[in-house]
Order: sequence, then structure tokens, then C-alpha cells
Amino acid sequence: MNRDEIKDIVLKYVIAEYAEDENDEITFDTPLISGGIVDSFSMVSLKRFLENKYKISIPDEKASPEAFDSVNKITDLVIEFVG
Amino acid sequence: MSNIVNYDERVKNFDWSISEKELGYKAGDVINIGWYCSDRICEMGKANKMALLWEGLGGVEKKFTYNDIRLASNTIGTFLRSLGVKNEDRVCLFMDKVPELYIGLIGILKIGAIAQPLFSAFGDESLFVRLDNAETTAIITQKKHLAKIRKILDRMPYLKHIIIVDYDGKYPLREREVAFSLEEATPIEKIDIYPTKAESPSILHYTSGTTGQPKGVKHVHYSLISQYLTTKWVLDNQENDIYWCTADPGWVTGTSYGIIGAFSTGVTQCVLDSGFAAEAWYKFIEKYKVTVWYSAPTAIRSLMKAGDEIIKKYDLSSLRNLASVGEPLNAEAVVWSEKVFGLQFLDSYWQTETGSIMISNYPGMKVKPGSMGKPFPGITATIIDPDTYEPIKEEGKIGLIAIKPGWPSMMRTYWNNEETYKNKFKNGWYLPGDRSTIDKDGYFWFIGRDDDIINTGGHLVSPFEVESALLEHEAVAESAVVSKPDVVNMEVVKAFVTIKAGFTADQDLELNIMNFIRKKLSPLAMPQEIEFIDSLPKTRSGKIMRRILHAKEWGEEIGDTSTLEND
Repeated sequence: MNRDEIKDIVLKYVIAEYAEDENDEITFDTPLISGGIVDSFSMVSLKRFLENKYKISIPDEKASPEAFDSVNKITDLVIEFVG
Repeated sequence: MSNIVNYDERVKNFDWSISEKELGYKAGDVINIGWYCSDRICEMGKANKMALLWEGLGGVEKKFTYNDIRLASNTIGTFLRSLGVKNEDRVCLFMDKVPELYIGLIGILKIGAIAQPLFSAFGDESLFVRLDNAETTAIITQKKHLAKIRKILDRMPYLKHIIIVDYDGKYPLREREVAFSLEEATPIEKIDIYPTKAESPSILHYTSGTTGQPKGVKHVHYSLISQYLTTKWVLDNQENDIYWCTADPGWVTGTSYGIIGAFSTGVTQCVLDSGFAAEAWYKFIEKYKVTVWYSAPTAIRSLMKAGDEIIKKYDLSSLRNLASVGEPLNAEAVVWSEKVFGLQFLDSYWQTETGSIMISNYPGMKVKPGSMGKPFPGITATIIDPDTYEPIKEEGKIGLIAIKPGWPSMMRTYWNNEETYKNKFKNGWYLPGDRSTIDKDGYFWFIGRDDDIINTGGHLVSPFEVESALLEHEAVAESAVVSKPDVVNMEVVKAFVTIKAGFTADQDLELNIMNFIRKKLSPLAMPQEIEFIDSLPKTRSGKIMRRILHAKEWGEEIGDTSTLEND
């Protein structure tokens, strides 16, 4: 699976699950955690989605608010573990 | 010199009239928190002093002087009155930490209505039960939260007005919806402030209960007397301070100390309306030269986790007093803060029902890291035996925290639930529901809750509420919810679930259930882990034995299992 495919899947999931206002535009670089779209509690469900989807295990020390702060950053993290 | 000067001396010579005198209040006078938080500061000659420095996403800034706050709250109050909102009507504030939330609360109080702040991350069902209990007349919100309100609107005939503060005209407004823009509205110079008295209701905060639905904690305008003085003596706000309370006004810390305590003491406060990020927080402190910082253990532990190196990138030398509330602050966090900031976080203890700080550490008083500190002057607190309700004399023995009623910000009742309110008092003591010990020097040491309520990241979650919501998921047959230990949040929600025939217990179902609860209740209530099991431990009469599951999660002794059904 290439980077673009992962990016698209993650973005689609974030919009479907976390966007409260359908008119809000969320892009690959939109701040998710610092922007208040995904809070620290909800980050757990996003991490679980990535782990289920890509059959990976992301260690807690890697799952920082900074690493989850945009679709692009999340994609970097996934690629690190998908290999 | 700190405002409290000397804790022991203050205890010896304390009377709440100290606060009344400073505020110029006499028994029987009109007392309106809205006026005290805006007009009074202007009348003291500080109309042009900065009251609120707000920063939103992307560094967008807004600044308000005390005169701006006065005018804007007049404007919101007048707008509400024009809709027909009257004194003692409940007006919900359902917004992120935008300026309209802070100023809106003052405007609501000015017209004698009751402010009902609710955490904007609440899902539609959590929102509904709270609005339904209060029979709320109006809700002030942002367009991003409108979908949740529209979803439950048909069930709320009493809700007459949905006020949207950032309507952009991109879609038509529906029945009962009305747009209001603070920036575009004509500022109102004068408003007839409703002559509320000491016992007039001011704020209705909702808190979770062990059984049943959340309880509406009713506070009154006289609560100001406690909130003002605790802000001065614990947080030590002084004339030139820049104060940052990180709490969301959807919860009591955000109103008692993020709005009332801050504005009534005339301090300049700053607000960051964005999610948590360690670097962003340090940058914010540096940019605004924050001097007094009131935060929460979860945030402090998250900062610890982010490491010490990034702290060196920022100039945080403006900080002079740090305080914490929400859950016990572990000793390591106090030691860490002294190492990296040169200051210890002063832990404080109180809850929604108490309205203001009850037990705390104070500027100038020796801190024992990990301790809650000592009772605020004027507060009689002890620990009592859970069976006899008599005070415990033995040093180090665990008992229920008990407080003598009578302080100004004590809740006056639970909304429509007087019976539960009365049950909070035993043998002349108010019981917050927590256990602690007291050492030989009079310091309190937190042990834990005395019930099943889960304190996650400083927010209380009812296992009952989560279990009820879980049963609405199509795959869930039975559920039991307990806490499990967590390094950052102290504890988090864990659910044990049995599933119906035809469903497969796998990771996808777990995620599906997690998201179901997150949207229905809130991210706080979402189980961070779901364990699928064949059957739940029950008594022979069919009651789920949560304590067995709790003990398993915490590695504790299971205790008596003689009543276990399949024992």
C-alpha cells in the first residue's frame, strides 16, 4: 500500500468519524489534535482504527498528540510500522 | 508578598466577611455575579484594563478590556431578553472556549437567568438528558455543534431558542434557530441588571452520579464570596498578573476560576482555545508572559511525558504561581515541576458541588508532594468513619472526607432531586464521596472515591450512564463498566461486554462500540478498552458485581464472593 492510499483512507475516516460540522474542510495538514477536532481521549479510537486497519501495533510512546496532529503525520507513523 | 500572607494566621482570624467587605457587599444587598465580573471592575477605574486575551486556532487573537466585557455582556443579556428569556430561565452554553462562552455567562447572569454550561464534546444523548432535566429555555452554541442539537430537538418542546454565534449563512436556519453575532451587534451601554440576591440561582452544573442520570448542581450568586477569596488566596491573583486557567467552562473549574474568580478579581486572563499540545502550551506561556497558571494533573503528566528538552526552547520565567485541580496530583509531578519550572504545582481539592476550593496547598505554606494540603480558612474539614459518621482521631487511618456545611459556594440542591441532595449529608457533615487520610501535621492525603464513579482526566464519568448507552448498541447483550489505571489520566473507562448471537467479538466490533459511545455520550465516556467475556459476574439475585471486575483491573484482592451467582 502506498503513501497516497494510506493518506486517503485516514482522511476519509477522520472526516467520517470526527468532523462535527459537515461544512468544515479537513485537509491532509489540518491540525487535528491541536485544532480540537480530535481530543486526547478520542485519539485512542483513532489509534485503534489504524492498528486494526493496517494490522500494526503502535507503542504508546509513539502515539503522542504531535504524531497524530494531522493526516500527513499519522500517515508517516503508519508507514513507519507497516514497513 | 502573597495575598494569603500566612496560612495559619488566616485560619485563626478568618471570617467570610473578609470577602464581603472587599467586594463591598452587605447581607441583604443585591449581589449579581455578572455585575461583579464587569461593571464593578470598570467602576473601580479599570475599564481599560485587559480582561481577556483570547487565542484560537492558527494564532487568531481577540482582546477584550473590562469595558468590552461590560458592553458585550450587556449586549448578550439584552438579546436574550428580546427573545423573551427571563430571570431563572435556564440558558445553556454549549460552545468551545470561544469569547462568547466567557462573556455569555456574564450576560446570562446579568438578566437573572441561570447559566447552564455544558462541555461541547458531549454527544447528543449526554446533551439531551441534561437539557431535559433542566427544561432549558435557550441554548447558545456554534454551528459545528448544531447537528447534535437538531438530532434531539423533537424531544425538547421546552427549548424555545437555539442561538448560533457564528452563523455564516451557508445553510438556512430552521425552526427555533436564530443567529447572533457579538461582533456585528450594536454594543449596549446600559442594561437593567436583575436584582439577584444572595440565594438567587446562578449556575447549574451537571455532574455524574453512581446511579441514575446526571445531577444538576444548583449554585447561587452568593457563591461569589467563596470564589473571589479562594482565587485571591490560593491562586494568588494580583494586580499585574497574567492568569491562565486551562479548564473548559463546560466544567466547574472553568466557571468558578476561569470566569467568576478571574473577572471578579479584575485580573487579566488569557485563554487558548485549541487542543492539547505541549509545545503550543509552552509557546502560549512565553507569548503572553503568563504568571499564574491553574491546570490539571492530566495535562501536567502529559507535559512530563513530552519531556524536559522542549521546555528549554521557551522562556517561561514569567511564571510565579502554579496550581492544579481535578484529581490528585502525584508527588512525581510536583517534584518534576519544581525541577523544570523552579516552582511546585500547588494541588487543590474541591468538586462541582462545593463550588470553590475546599482543601489546598497555599503560597508560602510548606508543600508535601502528593498531599492535597489543608482546609481553606473558614472550611471545617475532617475524615469520618464510614459506619458511624464520627470523626476519626487516629493519624493515618482512612476515612470519608467530610466538610461542615455553611460556606458561601456550597450547592443549594440538585435540580429536581432534593432526595439525593439530602443523602449527601450525614451526621451534620457534607460528604463529597472521597476517602483520604490526615497526617500529624493536618495535611490530607487522597486515597480514592468511595463509590463507582470514574475520575478520568479530572472528569467524573458514571459507569451506569455508560452501561446504559452500551445496551443501546445492537451487538451488546450485557455490560459492566469500571475504571482501569492509566499513567496520564489516572484512570480510564473500561467495559466488559457480552454480545448477542450473530455478532463476532473482534477488534472491529470493539472499535465500533467505542465510537458509538464516543458520539452518543462523550470522548471521556468512551471505553478505552472493551473486553468481551462470556458472562458477567453477578450476585444470585442477578446484580452485576462491578467490584470483582474493578479489583481485577487494579490488581486488588477480590474480597467476599459468597454471593457470586456461579461461585
